[in-house]
Amino acid sequence: MSLTQDEQSPRAEARGGAAAPAAPPRPPTAKPKARPRKRKTSWKTALKRDWQLYTLAIVPLIFFLIFKYGPMVGNVIAFRRFRPGGSIFGDEWVGLRYIEMFIQDPSFWHVFTNTAVLGSLTMVVCFPLPIVLALMLNEVRQQYFKKLVQSISYLPHFLSIVIIVGMVMQLLSLEGTVNQVIGAFGGEGIPFLQRAEWFRFIYVGSEVWQTVGWGTILYLAALTSIDDSLYEAAKIDGAGRWRQTWHVTLPGIRPTMVTLLILNIGMFLNVGFEKVFLLYNPLTYETADVISTYLYRVGLVSNNLSYATAIGLFQALIGLVMVLSANLISRRTTGTSLW
Amino acid sequence: MVTDVRTTDLASVKPRTTQRTRGERVFGAFNATLLVLLCLGMLYPFITVLAQSFSSSGAIKAGQVSFWPVGFNLDTYGAVMSNDMFWRNYGNTVLYTVVGTTIAMVLTTTYAFVLSKPHLKGRKVLIGIAVFTMFFNGGLVPNYVLISALGMKNTMWALVLPGAISVFNLLVMKAFFENLPKELEEAAQIDGLGWYGIFGRIVLPLSKAVIATMVLFYSVAFWNDWFAAFLYLDKSELFPITLFLRNLIAGASTTASEGAAAAGSTTAQVSANIQAVTMILTVIPILTIYPFVQRYFVSGVMLGSVKG
Repeated sequence: MSLTQDEQSPRAEARGGAAAPAAPPRPPTAKPKARPRKRKTSWKTALKRDWQLYTLAIVPLIFFLIFKYGPMVGNVIAFRRFRPGGSIFGDEWVGLRYIEMFIQDPSFWHVFTNTAVLGSLTMVVCFPLPIVLALMLNEVRQQYFKKLVQSISYLPHFLSIVIIVGMVMQLLSLEGTVNQVIGAFGGEGIPFLQRAEWFRFIYVGSEVWQTVGWGTILYLAALTSIDDSLYEAAKIDGAGRWRQTWHVTLPGIRPTMVTLLILNIGMFLNVGFEKVFLLYNPLTYETADVISTYLYRVGLVSNNLSYATAIGLFQALIGLVMVLSANLISRRTTGTSLW
Repeated sequence: MVTDVRTTDLASVKPRTTQRTRGERVFGAFNATLLVLLCLGMLYPFITVLAQSFSSSGAIKAGQVSFWPVGFNLDTYGAVMSNDMFWRNYGNTVLYTVVGTTIAMVLTTTYAFVLSKPHLKGRKVLIGIAVFTMFFNGGLVPNYVLISALGMKNTMWALVLPGAISVFNLLVMKAFFENLPKELEEAAQIDGLGWYGIFGRIVLPLSKAVIATMVLFYSVAFWNDWFAAFLYLDKSELFPITLFLRNLIAGASTTASEGAAAAGSTTAQVSANIQAVTMILTVIPILTIYPFVQRYFVSGVMLGSVKG
């Protein structure tokens, strides 16, 4: 969940916060005359004035350093031989050996394809549905009915993935509801979770269940901020409901759509590891095994830590490059960007 | 029960239509019907698991359970609740949630406060350090290696420390702090209060709403987490309840797949009850607070999005 950055305005605001003269500079220490603040405060002054603020930042910074940047640096073991018990940054350089290894590994390309397929399916299905649901909710006149639908559809978002998967398994088991229905029509029971050809469907379906409601929040917020006079103007111009939706509503939520699309693209290869891991089994590896589950097995089950790190690094870099390029493209074309 | 509420809602959609054309009314009714069906579909998994938790294993095995319990009994609840490990793991979850949320709140509020001061030199760097981690992270294996090297395996710290700052929550809080009226802080500064004082005596008391929201965000995340426990804990007496449940489910599904569906059916079915009961007992705390706190979650997300 990282739907934070949004629309254009807050960016400008954040930028203005630091340097732009537009932001009225707060008098540092009871000195209201310091209005046209010099752009460069020296570190000495800053430290003297704000040392308390800097000390407050120390513990969080240590946290980031150890638990976020530590593992990032730890990625060097993708290029170094790692011995359990040795240095966590590996013992000796081996160059691109592990990179070559996975590039030549057919199973890697297999899981890569699976990941790309699952990621694209998820994006194609899970990106537009919240927009549709938000538009539907927007048409509802009864507030309490709208609230009720919202409450129900947000609910799966709050459940542990273990519960979600548990419920999916109950529904799809041989005695579960789906097979009861199939049985009622005289069909043969299908062990869905043991069938590779069903995995993608199950994954995407449960993903929709879990995310569609929660995904509407930002769109609903954007919808309420559309100026009513635009609708009236459109009505006067003779636009019906559909034309109004097309020409007023959709452009109104476009910045939100673009932002979320960028984030989605960045997450594209980060197919929900936990869900796949809980849902798959050796019988469904053929379609279900993704990069992250593969590297989990290679790295932590078979102990090829450097090899698995190389794969993980590759995946993370692709993600980073994709967010950056999606952001760039969207800034060029629509003027909306994350930063 | 649920169905009735929904149908009355649907019925009341039509009368209030004052100036709407026939097409619009048809559309409205159609729209409402779709939404009702959607809600039923979304609730169904809960209903059926609830029904299974009260049903006899025979009925489940025969595929008779859908909306209502068949062969109603409370034996499964009795069996699960008399399991010491269940309670132990449940207690662990409570402990991890409380400790994790406390640490997370301290770190997040202090850092967000620092970031919310526009005049601070080096502020952009401090923000960048946090935001960058949203788009690039160390990855599974380096994280694992790090936690092992720090000697945190088989301790609570492996579960509560790595997730201590969610950058999303951090940015939401920062936005909230930025919107607080500046005059109060300025007045306090003139009165000689330092940043510590401003933070503790002015900003925090004014931020109860956002603090409540963040506490909820973090608690739900810690309550639901299972994977960190799965990676870093070997001793079952340390497990959180989610991992307990995961092992039940995984146990059942391996039996089922190994015995190729039909043969493994018995073992899988016995635990279908137990799984259902454990699921229900695990979600109860969340379901209980959900109706009251939902709006805080929503407002938290909105806040984060409007003022990223």
